[in-house]
Amino acid sequence: MSETLLDVRNLKKYFKTSRGLLHAVDDISFSLDRNKTLGLVGESGCGKTTTGRAVLRLIEPTSGEILFEGKDICKLSANEMRKQRKDMQIIFQDPFSSLDPKKTINQIISEPISENKIIRDKRKREDRVLELMETVGLAERLINTYPHELDGGRRQRIGIARALAMEPKLIVCDEPVSALDVSIQAQILNLLKELQEKMGLTYIFITHDLSVVNHFSDEIMIMYLGQIVEKAPTEELFTNPIHPYTKALLSAIPIPSLSEKRQRISLKGEITSPINLPDECRFAPRCYECVDHCRSGIPPLVEVNPGHFVACFEHV
Amino acid sequence: MTNQEANEIILNIRNLKVRYETQDGIVKAVNGVDLTLRKKRTLGLVGETGAGKTTTALAIMRLVPNPPGVVECDKLEIGGQDILSLPEHKLEHVRGNDVSMIFQDPMTALNPVFTVGDQIAESLEIHEHLSVKDAKERAGDMLELVGIPRERANEYPHQFSGGMKQRVVIAIALACNPQLLLADEPTTALDVTIQAQVLELMNELKEKYDTSMIMITHDLGCVAEVCDEVAVMYAGRIVEEGTLEDVFNRTMHPYTEGLFNSLPNIKDRKAKLKPIKGLMPDPTNLPVGCSFAPRCNYATDACLIAQPQLRSISQTHRIACTAYDNPEFHIERRIL
Ligand SMILES: Nc1ncnc2c1ncn2[C@@H]1O[C@H](COP(=O)(O)OP(=O)(O)OP(=O)(O)O)[C@@H](O)[C@H]1O
Ligand SMILES: Nc1ncnc2c1ncn2[C@@H]1O[C@H](COP(=O)(O)OP(=O)(O)OP(=O)(O)O)[C@@H](O)[C@H]1O
Ligand SMILES: [Mg+2]
Ligand SMILES: [Mg+2]
Repeated sequence: MSETLLDVRNLKKYFKTSRGLLHAVDDISFSLDRNKTLGLVGESGCGKTTTGRAVLRLIEPTSGEILFEGKDICKLSANEMRKQRKDMQIIFQDPFSSLDPKKTINQIISEPISENKIIRDKRKREDRVLELMETVGLAERLINTYPHELDGGRRQRIGIARALAMEPKLIVCDEPVSALDVSIQAQILNLLKELQEKMGLTYIFITHDLSVVNHFSDEIMIMYLGQIVEKAPTEELFTNPIHPYTKALLSAIPIPSLSEKRQRISLKGEITSPINLPDECRFAPRCYECVDHCRSGIPPLVEVNPGHFVACFEHV
Repeated sequence: MTNQEANEIILNIRNLKVRYETQDGIVKAVNGVDLTLRKKRTLGLVGETGAGKTTTALAIMRLVPNPPGVVECDKLEIGGQDILSLPEHKLEHVRGNDVSMIFQDPMTALNPVFTVGDQIAESLEIHEHLSVKDAKERAGDMLELVGIPRERANEYPHQFSGGMKQRVVIAIALACNPQLLLADEPTTALDVTIQAQVLELMNELKEKYDTSMIMITHDLGCVAEVCDEVAVMYAGRIVEEGTLEDVFNRTMHPYTEGLFNSLPNIKDRKAKLKPIKGLMPDPTNLPVGCSFAPRCNYATDACLIAQPQLRSISQTHRIACTAYDNPEFHIERRIL
């Protein structure tokens, strides 16, 4: 049987801004089984990165519970959290800006190992770095080079090696391949898959690319303006999408094949400001199936099929 | 080619070469590109980072920065007019009137201190010699054309979202009704739903304006949506070109095959990705033979010795690949 690794309950993250309270993540709940990948999809600004960072407590949630192996990490002290963090790592979108340009690959990868005093001996630490480099497909000779000397694909491999250094259980991958060319993107996706199989890793995989998430994830969660509109196993989501926003997103994917001519649902307008939101379905202003009662409140996330959740007044 | 067809050629480039002479060496960005584009046709120029796509477009606009850029070309004609020999003041007229470009980063293309209406109108005043009043009127029309209410002409770029800004950029590029539009990654920065709106808009406008277009992208999905023809670029050369059907359904070049194999298949999510091994060659130090050979699964010794020439497979389809010297040779790709 599968086992729950992460259970997020009523997570909120609000930011204070000059124009009011910004609801970046607004009451989301989901759980994730060990050794699985949850794809987190949605338009720019919908709250994907904030969710990923809040789940790791890299930013402090406004409220909510984050149960990691049954333990609420929001209740941990700074010291306890530092120990906990070994199990939970993050890989960033832009491998360039996320790596310290003044440090060598050796220093970058060994940093978490020395900070956490895992291996005190310098020689042994270097052996571990070499081992990690091999795991992610970086040639040994690169150990003393700097990030700027390397291409985007190799830089992303450094980010992965660094995340793996602590032998984490959960990795949040925030757009790990979005900045890469397709041939390199495929190399990195295959690497992440292999590592998952070998090490039993669990991923939260953030992306705006639906064909990548379809390939990579076991389950997909679609976000809109800080909320979950639909969550389902990948096959189910692609064959039986229910939320009007999900349907529009799927119909908008440009497919590199000529055999397929699809009916496109075009959405009016764009994602609106997450500040001072009215108490109605967040998608209502752009929804092509909106009816009166959609404006009567925020639709709850309801399980319509096993594992398939939808938040829509009209379709549930 | 009949005379009438020849008359319809909007863009004709022969043997375009661009190099950037930098301190770290000579970057061979474009290495002998031929392109022909007819009226009302849209060509997708595809390839990965550093392939030379933007540089090709800049060369067509005669906007390659010098230094460090050095351009050599046997022929460059837009609408039958020789662009190579034109003095700078005449080029100003060509840019905007005959050819215009949507730049890779749409967000920097707009001036933050002028209203969007004024920015469209300015281009009309300069190129179409309209009066201020008429230009304002036409600017409103252009906004409506790209799906933005004309009342919003008095707003500033920061008041617009990314997708709206990109539509304004398109409106400016089309305002003077150019014969040729060069669109450099026009939708890359946009979300899928907005990208879909913009691609749809570009398709509509093409019909309405009879514009020829080169759409630069690395996204084969976008190419399938809007292009009639495709040219695949690698290390500054075109390695495969043909109609959309030629390149997508009768793929021949191993690099094109590698691009398709790298993409997740939306209809078969379990299918394993087959990335192209290795990396793009260093443009300051290109191999003597085929630039793709070091990464190519089919490469033989012959591929390492000499540069492959473009050969015609059919009336419309051309590839540059030495492996096809062997009449038995074929790649593995099957079209689903
Ligand atoms: N530190 C912050 N202070 C104020 N607002 C913030 C902060 N971080 C994020 N936001 C806002 O929160 C919302 C969600 O942002 P987030 O970065 O999580 O979106 P995202 O889904 O990751 O978008 P993208 O696809 O562009 O990366 C946005 O409106 C953003 O502007
Ligand atoms: N001003 C410049 N000076 C020096 N080198 C340059 C300059 N502009 C481009 N290059 C180099 O020329 C080559 C081709 O660049 P170009 O921008 O044309 O590629 P591209 O195909 O448009 O790539 P991308 O998909 O990243 O936009 C690259 O190696 C690039 O680094
Ligand atoms: Mg983000
Ligand atoms: Mg470019």
